[in-house]
Amino acid sequence: MIAKTLKQLSQALAAKEVSSVELSTLFLERIERLNPEINAFVTVDREKTLKMAAEADARIAAGTAGPLTGVPIAQKDIFCAEGWTTTCGSKMLANFVSPYDATVIDKMHRQAGLVSLGKTNMDEFAMGSSNETSYFGPVKNPWDFTRVPGGSSGGSAAAVAARLAPAATGTDTGGSIRQPAALCNLTGLKPTYGVISRYGMIAFASSLDQAGPMAVSAEDCALLLNTMVGFDERDSTSLDRPVENYARLLDQPSAEQPLAGLRIGLPKEFFGEGCDASVMAAVQEAIAEYRRLGASTVEVSLPNSHLSVPAYYVIAPAEASSNLSRFDGVRYGYRAPDYGNLDDMYMKTRAQGFGAEVKRRILIGAYVLSHGYYDAYYLQAQRIRRLIANDFVEAFKSCDVILGPTSPSTAFRLGEKAADPVQMYLSDIYTIAVNLAGLPGMSLPCGFADGLPVGMQLIGNYFDEARLLDVAHRYQLATDWHQRRPVGLD
Amino acid sequence: MNQWEVVIGIETHAQLATVSKIFSGASIAFGAEPNTQACAVDLALPGVLPVLNRKAVECAIRFGLAIGAQVAPKSIFARKNYFYPDLPKGYQISQFELPVVQGGAITVQVGSGDKAYEKTVNLTRAHLEEDAGKSLHEDFQGKSGIDLNRAGTPLLEIVTEPDMRSSDEAVAYARALHALVRWIGICDGNMQEGSFRCDANVSVRRPGAPFGTRREIKNLNSFRFLKEAIDFEVQWQINEIEEGRTIQQATVLFDPDTGETRMMRSKEDAHDYRYFPDPDLLPLVISADWVERVRGELPELPAQKRQRFVEQLGLSAYDATTLTASQEIADFYESTVAVAGQLAAKPCANWVMVDLAARLNKDGLDIAQSPVSPQQLGGLVLRIVDNTISNNIAKKVFEALWSGDGATADEIIEKQGLKQITDSGAIESLVDEVLAANAANVAEYRAGKEKAFNALVGQVMKAAKGKANPQQVNELLKKKLAG
Repeated sequence: MIAKTLKQLSQALAAKEVSSVELSTLFLERIERLNPEINAFVTVDREKTLKMAAEADARIAAGTAGPLTGVPIAQKDIFCAEGWTTTCGSKMLANFVSPYDATVIDKMHRQAGLVSLGKTNMDEFAMGSSNETSYFGPVKNPWDFTRVPGGSSGGSAAAVAARLAPAATGTDTGGSIRQPAALCNLTGLKPTYGVISRYGMIAFASSLDQAGPMAVSAEDCALLLNTMVGFDERDSTSLDRPVENYARLLDQPSAEQPLAGLRIGLPKEFFGEGCDASVMAAVQEAIAEYRRLGASTVEVSLPNSHLSVPAYYVIAPAEASSNLSRFDGVRYGYRAPDYGNLDDMYMKTRAQGFGAEVKRRILIGAYVLSHGYYDAYYLQAQRIRRLIANDFVEAFKSCDVILGPTSPSTAFRLGEKAADPVQMYLSDIYTIAVNLAGLPGMSLPCGFADGLPVGMQLIGNYFDEARLLDVAHRYQLATDWHQRRPVGLD
Repeated sequence: MNQWEVVIGIETHAQLATVSKIFSGASIAFGAEPNTQACAVDLALPGVLPVLNRKAVECAIRFGLAIGAQVAPKSIFARKNYFYPDLPKGYQISQFELPVVQGGAITVQVGSGDKAYEKTVNLTRAHLEEDAGKSLHEDFQGKSGIDLNRAGTPLLEIVTEPDMRSSDEAVAYARALHALVRWIGICDGNMQEGSFRCDANVSVRRPGAPFGTRREIKNLNSFRFLKEAIDFEVQWQINEIEEGRTIQQATVLFDPDTGETRMMRSKEDAHDYRYFPDPDLLPLVISADWVERVRGELPELPAQKRQRFVEQLGLSAYDATTLTASQEIADFYESTVAVAGQLAAKPCANWVMVDLAARLNKDGLDIAQSPVSPQQLGGLVLRIVDNTISNNIAKKVFEALWSGDGATADEIIEKQGLKQITDSGAIESLVDEVLAANAANVAEYRAGKEKAFNALVGQVMKAAKGKANPQQVNELLKKKLAG
């Protein structure tokens, strides 16, 4: 049962081969057994989970179930869920119980009837690429317990990779879904900015944050994505557009060359220096597979992509420095136990409540927004952001999807980059431009290097998620990388 | 003191008359129990997002149209970052580089009577923003409480150019603005509840010199405080300069108890607010259609009404301005004229501006609370212009209406027998009686003492219990004395 896809689980539930309570119990038991080692979950609430499962079973019995009703999943602990502790990986919110549901939570659980197995570990306020900045300790990569799962959605990635959950949600500000998916052998999708409501998703960098699914396959991602999307009047940046079925292309019969006519763009900037040879070899093999599936490849250029990391590390911290101002010890969350006056309370609360990486980014953000520096940093970064978006517009004139590595390396060792923020930031070098442009991007397994998963990235044009998922799906019909699981965890 | 010129610019925060907050659905009604009108968005819970209230934008458009400003087709909401316990997000959503209303002007009347003059105050901008909550420093055993009911209340911040040259001009502007925002229904103008509060930027200079350094007086919530604060501040600045010191840019507070301003913070302590466009809100796009729709819903504006009063009703510019000082006064006046007739426009104006105004002032009432309705006053003026009663009798009737001694002027005139005597026979016999009984006055008059004539008029009016038509009395007396 733990090896089944969402689609198979859904069918088993509909056929009453298994109940949601049974299925949820199975995964809860795995979490109980394996989570102490992996640390993928920060909050598990058996009672709440089983109550949701019982409700799902009732819906199934009553014939009012949706396609994924009763399927258990894990939620990144960045989504506010009523009655659940919602920590965002921070001491600041370690005891914050949300009084309301994020739109994503409402859609997935109350509407679609999915069951929550709990809240997953993450880099503090989603700032990190290794899950080591979490107040609740690092997450271990199920493929190698001495290595990181990637981040910031590291808990979600590890949970699905270890099959503590069949699928999970993540959020992606600069690669936080795609990079951990690559490092844990998962398929993960960051949709076009504005497709999934950000209401109730604790903000890191508002103009870049986007939620998305993390699962074993593209097909599972499509099914999960269907439950997450939709216009939300509570999010002004949410896009009001017709609802689509993201799995609609997947059921079409596979021809011998199912991707004939597809033009895959290969940005020359993604195939130069800075990427591990073993990663590049796996990506090249995937390109060869795509050619066998009928796709053609074309070299494209993203000439400003080398500016994406610097621009990102101005814009994201700028927004974060302001977004995180609300954590002031006044209304909720952590407050320093001893303080003198008001300023002292603010300083101690924030000094003690935030970790080092969060403080570093707040400082950078406050600096680049300061009087006298705003034009040179923030405005300049916004100009670069437009250039980067234009690069993609140009590239998509000659191709349908863009392909490259997701991360320049496989999973690195715990502690390896923790002391060098810039090295850590560079692990998102291929993913960040996608967020700056607001495009959809995904990562899917394409091989192994020294026993560690390698992911490739597919980038689509705006709102082209369905095609992106189909392009990934055709590859996954022809390969089995995504079906491989770490040994010793069953 | 004439060698100093005063320069004043005013920033006003007008609370917009919406039902709900500018970025959330919570109510903005005044006076609720603390924190009962603060939803998740107002409390700045993790993950919440702002959604702009369309009604607040319409208020801004109305204001822009009313002052002849440019309503920006695209404006930007920005975050103003600072920490304070009553500012839940740690930033205020406001507008910075691109405000929704740009430019415009308000023409006001300064002073009264012969000394009155017109002054045009140019506006720099008006922008939408949210209010903060309130810190409560009492009743918490030494701790402070926070009430977030007010947090997120929609405000329009209205900023003038440094165009005013005296506290009288500043007050005239503030009053005109106050009347205007109420006139167009975007603000209830309640100054006690903080719905309309002014900051005054004050500096002094030698005429012709560049602007002096300004100090900003914060949060003046009455016109009297505005005047007192500016007058004190001007004198303080002049003294400083004349004693050889320089003015430092600063923010000051006015203490109504002492009548003095005192420094709150200097320029050095000023925050760096780290403004940047709010990524949670899209640019505010206002289509030309929307602007035209709002224009179609606007009432006749004070300036238009003023012009109509001059052109159609033949009022003087001064009267027309006074009668359009607020919607209530204008409505009252127009309702009065509707009863008394257009030909009585001028006497109606006098009654509203002089007699009624004085009576209201005596009882400390404003025109909306007048015990005499415009219909009653119009009925009264009607009886003056048709010569049923004299102006003097009319004052008696007005007093009776004020005290509720009758429902209409006609009823009081009838009941109290105040109808003017216009029967020339009756007046003639009264005149004859008076001439017979006051031979001394008659002799004096004939000897050339004009004053004696007035005494005789008085006697006739007295005999007529004030009811004789004064014009007829005059004419008859003159005729008899000449004869």
